[in-house]
Amino acid sequence: MNIGMEHFLTLSAALFTIGVVGIFVNRKNIIVILMAIELILLSVNINLIAFAVFTGTITGQIFAMLVLTVAAAEAAVGLAILVVYFRNRGDIAVEDVNLMKG
Amino acid sequence: MDLIAFYILATIVTVAALGVIVSRNPVHSVLFLILAFLTSAGLLVLIGAEFLAMLLIVVYVGAVAVLFLFVVMMLDVDFVELKQGTLGYWPLGLIAGGLMFGEIALVTFARGSVVRAGQFDPSPGADTNAEAIGLVMYSDYLLLFQLAGIVLLMAMIGAIVLTLRGKTSVKRQNIGKQVARTRGEAFELKDVQPGEGI
Repeated sequence: MNIGMEHFLTLSAALFTIGVVGIFVNRKNIIVILMAIELILLSVNINLIAFAVFTGTITGQIFAMLVLTVAAAEAAVGLAILVVYFRNRGDIAVEDVNLMKG
Repeated sequence: MDLIAFYILATIVTVAALGVIVSRNPVHSVLFLILAFLTSAGLLVLIGAEFLAMLLIVVYVGAVAVLFLFVVMMLDVDFVELKQGTLGYWPLGLIAGGLMFGEIALVTFARGSVVRAGQFDPSPGADTNAEAIGLVMYSDYLLLFQLAGIVLLMAMIGAIVLTLRGKTSVKRQNIGKQVARTRGEAFELKDVQPGEGI
C-alpha cells in the first residue's frame, strides 16, 4: 500500500488540532500562541500541497507558497508588536491587555 | 518502504508539535517547532514536492524560527510564572480540539468526499518540481507573486517602524526647524554702552 492523500489529510488535521489546543492551553504566553499559529499554518500548507500533488495540479503548491509568505510576514509583525509591548509595559502578560477597555 | 518512512516522519511531527505546546521553556518550544518544520519538509520530499520542502526549511527554520529564538531570548520574562495555573485551561482546550478533529475527520472520511480528479503527479507538465512551479509562477500567477512581494515589503516596513526608537542622546539636524528660523530669532541687536558690558 502506498501513501495516499488520506494519510496527509489525517496528519494535517492532527497538526491543526494540536495548534488550536495550543492556543487554548497557553492563553497566558503570547509567544507560544504565535508558535501555535505557525503550526496551524504549517498544517494548512501540508493540506494544500497534498491536494496539489495527489490530484496532479500545481496551483496548490503556488498557493502554499503564498501562505508561507503570509506566515513569515505575520511572525515578523507579531514579534515586533510583542517587542514594543514589552518595552512599554515590561511584561508580556496577555490578560493585562485591556487598556482600551474593548 | 515509503509508508514506513511516512509513519516515522508523521510520528516525529506530531510529537514535536505536542512538545511545542506543552514544554515549560519557550526555548524548547522553538526547538520543537524547528524539528516539526524539518520533518514536515521530509514528508514533502517523500511525495515529490521538493521545492516547497526546501522553501519550508529556508523560510521557517532559517528565518521565522530564528526570529522566535531572538525574541524569546531577548525578552526578560519569567516564563515559569507565566506557566502557573494553566492546567485549568486543558479541559476546554481538549474539548474544542476534539470537536475540531472530529469535524475534520468527518469531512475527510465521509464517503466520496476526497477529490480524485487527477493522477499523483508532483510536477505536472515538467521534469522537475521546481520547473513545474517556475513555469506557472511567472506567467499565470504573476500578480499573486508580486502581491506576495508587497506583503513581505509591508511586513518589513511595519516591523522597522514599530521597533525603531530615535536616540535622544544624539543631537540631530532638524531641517524643518532650521529652515523655519527667521532673522529675528537668530539675532538680537544690543546697544552696548561703553564700560558696562551686556
